[in-house]
Amino acid sequence: MTDTQPITPAVVDAKIEKVSIIVSKGSLEGIYPALIMANGARNEGIEANLFFTFFGMDAVHKDRHDHIKVATVGNPGLHVPSLVGVIPGASALMTKYMEKQIEKLDFPGIAEFVEMISDTGAGLYACLASVELFGMDRDDLIDELDDIITVGEFYDMAAGGQIIFT
Amino acid sequence: MPTKTLSGTPVEVNDEGFFVDAQQWTKEMAPEIATEIGVPTPLTDRHWTVIDLMRSEYFEKGTGPTVRKISKLSDVTTKELFVLFPKGPAKLAAMVAGIPKPKGCI
Repeated sequence: MTDTQPITPAVVDAKIEKVSIIVSKGSLEGIYPALIMANGARNEGIEANLFFTFFGMDAVHKDRHDHIKVATVGNPGLHVPSLVGVIPGASALMTKYMEKQIEKLDFPGIAEFVEMISDTGAGLYACLASVELFGMDRDDLIDELDDIITVGEFYDMAAGGQIIFT
Repeated sequence: MPTKTLSGTPVEVNDEGFFVDAQQWTKEMAPEIATEIGVPTPLTDRHWTVIDLMRSEYFEKGTGPTVRKISKLSDVTTKELFVLFPKGPAKLAAMVAGIPKPKGCI
């Protein structure tokens, strides 16, 4: 190969019609972007479904969705050394700071955001395997949740759209 | 910039169909735009509550409100917004109200 040609990106004129967003992490930075994407999709007229699995289920857990925290350990983007991040209260402090920023911008907190997304007509689903794994009941999860489904049902529902994993 | 004729008056719109100059819009154009973009007509008082808000916010702040803002600034809930303007309420309401596309992620 002596002659290299730049790769021309294909011109894509197609519109995204449907997105299925999987939320697998239980940190603020794991959940919030997924909520922004789901909400943004609905506001653009795109069909959107959110699937909560593993620790991501905290976003739809009645007792936990008001206490989602920023990860201060193993999170290089935060620019706080992990050794500092392990200090008791570090995560709570960082979370307070982020929550203040969110409030300042008049963005919703996680619990309010999830409710709002449900109102936009997006579907909210929890993963059956995770519900079993963590020994949860339907009652542990918020009323807005549409259903607890299997991975097979998820793929059926996601068919024909884009799948985003966060 | 494409031009189209609404209520017999030529107006300037961008490629997506949003008004370039909100001053060119008149109330009479709203139902015509609504029909064109699939907003259920006839427009009701509830539609007009949103349309009026879109315009007043735009002229005051330079950008139209997002869905969250609309529901906070009026008594129209998110759920109702998606009934009034299905397939993207802020976007469609902005189009009917003759203002540019609202900026904002949430």
